[in-house]
Amino acid sequence: MLDYDVKYLKFKTYLSTYCPHCHTSFNVKQKDHDIISFKAKYHQQDMDLHLSPYLDVFEVESSLAIEQDDVLDDLICPHCKKSIVDLARPCEECGSHTAKVIISAYSKLIPFFICLKYGCEWHGLTKADERTIKLKIPRQEMPEQDQKLRIHNFIEVPYGLTTELALLEAGRCLQCKAPKCVEGCPVNIDIPTFVRLITEERFDEAAKKIRERNILPAVCGRVCPQEDQCEGKCVLGTRDNPVAIGNLERFVADYERKMDLIKIPAVKKIPNKRVAVIGSGPGGLTCAADLTLLGYSVTIFEALHQTGGVLVYGIPEFRLPKSIVESEIEYLKKMGCKVELNHIIGTIYTVDELLENFNAVYIGVGAGLPSFMNIDGENLNNVFSANEYLTRINLMKAYRFPEYDTPKPIGNRVAVIGGGNVAMDCARTSLRCGASEVTIIYRRSRKELPAREEEIIHAEQEGIKFKLLTNPVRYIGNDLNWVKGAECVEMKLGEPDESGRRRPIPLEGSNFTYACDMVLVAIGNGPNPVIFNTAPQLNRNKWGYVEVNPETMETSLEFVYAGGDIVTGSATVIQAMGAGRIAANSIHKKLSAST
Amino acid sequence: MFEIIRKQEMAKGTIVRIDIAAPKIAAKIKAGQFIILRVNETGERIPITVADVDKFGGSITIIYQVVGKTTALLRSLETGQFIRDLVGPLGRPAHVDKVGTVIAIGGGTGIAILHHVVKAMKEAGNFVISIIGAREKDMLILQDEMDLISDELVIVTDDGSYGQRGFVTDPLNKYIQERSDIKLIYAIGPIIMMKNVCKITGKAKLPTMVSLNPVMIDGTGMCGGCRVRVGGKTQFCCVDGPDFDGHQVDFDELEKRNSMYLKQEKDSLLFSIR
Repeated sequence: MLDYDVKYLKFKTYLSTYCPHCHTSFNVKQKDHDIISFKAKYHQQDMDLHLSPYLDVFEVESSLAIEQDDVLDDLICPHCKKSIVDLARPCEECGSHTAKVIISAYSKLIPFFICLKYGCEWHGLTKADERTIKLKIPRQEMPEQDQKLRIHNFIEVPYGLTTELALLEAGRCLQCKAPKCVEGCPVNIDIPTFVRLITEERFDEAAKKIRERNILPAVCGRVCPQEDQCEGKCVLGTRDNPVAIGNLERFVADYERKMDLIKIPAVKKIPNKRVAVIGSGPGGLTCAADLTLLGYSVTIFEALHQTGGVLVYGIPEFRLPKSIVESEIEYLKKMGCKVELNHIIGTIYTVDELLENFNAVYIGVGAGLPSFMNIDGENLNNVFSANEYLTRINLMKAYRFPEYDTPKPIGNRVAVIGGGNVAMDCARTSLRCGASEVTIIYRRSRKELPAREEEIIHAEQEGIKFKLLTNPVRYIGNDLNWVKGAECVEMKLGEPDESGRRRPIPLEGSNFTYACDMVLVAIGNGPNPVIFNTAPQLNRNKWGYVEVNPETMETSLEFVYAGGDIVTGSATVIQAMGAGRIAANSIHKKLSAST
Repeated sequence: MFEIIRKQEMAKGTIVRIDIAAPKIAAKIKAGQFIILRVNETGERIPITVADVDKFGGSITIIYQVVGKTTALLRSLETGQFIRDLVGPLGRPAHVDKVGTVIAIGGGTGIAILHHVVKAMKEAGNFVISIIGAREKDMLILQDEMDLISDELVIVTDDGSYGQRGFVTDPLNKYIQERSDIKLIYAIGPIIMMKNVCKITGKAKLPTMVSLNPVMIDGTGMCGGCRVRVGGKTQFCCVDGPDFDGHQVDFDELEKRNSMYLKQEKDSLLFSIR
């Protein structure tokens, strides 16, 4: 006898097993909810009970004995004492015994047979029924760190899907012939194929499939706003919840990294073709990776002492562990891409100087100049831009002060101004740094919060307060110039403005003071002028963002390309990656044409 | 990794001068610009304005006062050892034109930065009168170097142990009364010194430039930690400065902002000693 570690899928709600003979509800070793469970101890020989993908659902509980008949005993209806094993109906593939089960899906009883032989996946379901059953599988939630515990540490909040959950989740995908999800993905990952590979338990191949289009799968699986992209287009979403594509992407990327399966593709170099990439954020990395794969010699210039751009200075450790970013960049370096840290383009080299040494230049410097509201008291002590606060904590690791030298700002009652993802990051970070009360002050209502729903929910779970329809008008300081309060005004929503969101209007005389000893201003960023001081020929729009041809990402300077936040203003990681990819393709086209 | 190629301790070991091999930065950096360095993996990023540059040798010189953990750590590095990260040039260069007579005022380690600016002023063809001051004789730095590049040099010490007794503002007052051809004042040193200099030159309506050194992290305009109020408007010292019109700068706010991390700095030092 051998304890067999059964890979099971929770068949959760839908399997109300009826006896095919007496039509009474068949077992019920039901646990909480309606999980029906079997326990099997398998014999190593072929009479092992195989639980087909749809029946693995059962959590395994009772034991099955060695003899074939004993196995059958366990499948006996407690009411009419008849076995549900159907001797008259052998498996159509291997001829073994089958069991007849009936399951109810959407109040429809679907009878079918499952083969009892280990390794055989035959079941008598029609395609349509299979689909109906699939639709009944609920979207699998990712296990998360406990809410009370996680506000005291910087460990990642979601733990990721387990293999079981991933298999079940991937099983929900309907494998559409004309997949909408691929359209929704800015880099057009072949989503149905990688999901199918997961259901076949070929995780490494699934990861490779993603890598064809996306070099940062572990990052995107975590920080992409999937609900607006791939998952937003999923057809299951119209009826139920969409397939958790992001969680699955994260699962295979983590599997690949943890199992050390990342393979460095061999690259055939094109001699004397050099491209400079400015900025090592997601867009720069994608552009660099694509060009490196095409055979170009790529050098990335990064102003900070660490690569990754916003992935390392902006997004906190508990949302995106830095080791993941590091390993993804390591992959790039192994492919032969050069990285020059501590190089600020604009001062150490100008764009013109780069063009002397490189055939093309890609500008992916992001939008890094923090905006302020220009109200009284913004220069008080303990009023920070979100950038500064997050950079201190994430890049400089001030949360480990004094082990790391950068001082950690101390705030007990924290006001976070703004309602985007960055504001959520700030609020959750300050909570982990010891604040007792954190309040997000946002001028519109909850519906208009620009942050991802997942982030808002996480923030709410952690006890962050929301003061909506409120806007600060000035900050009040004490004698020593430290902030002690924010004077706010209540707002109401007026007519929609040009962005389509309803314009907030201050309510006269509704001023009140919110007492706080730290203010984090997270109201967005503008373009950083450093690089452009030495490249005045580069056309920029009235906000200071670079003007490009959207088809090619080429700027007004020949051989100079730009993409990401420096073109669009603050946007998402994957959009920057999409722009980097377009630029890489057009650089390739241009440079191969010029030889 | 950047090698320290020369090290010299001054002022009883409280001020240290190091030359760092950084050919790319040396080729580009101009007077008044600064660099940011990080000593080791766990280190803090600190901005230091460059005191001199050797374009041919490919090295830059920085002079710093040992005040906290990072500077103490930096002092522990010997010739031949390496600094983990060095980034530059940062900030706008000092605005150097031929204007005529210039008074350059430096206090404490500010003299180091002043040295680089005076050199550029002199090269541009100005008549430079330098006033340098320190608490006492032993704390005075770069006296010979300043003598070499200035047309006139006045030395003051607080306790009168060397040169004149008093503050840098005393000879400045005298010069303003005596000479009518002063076109520009350039002051670098402790905030209180720059503030007092600006008070005097403000009355005399003399253009005054000061070089500020607020707390900053990245030095590229990304964090906004180095906000200073200049003429009622908020400026980022790292990209808009570090040189500003002294009459417009809100020194009181700057001083208070610079004291934001005093407690943590003490904690950090205590932690490293323990």
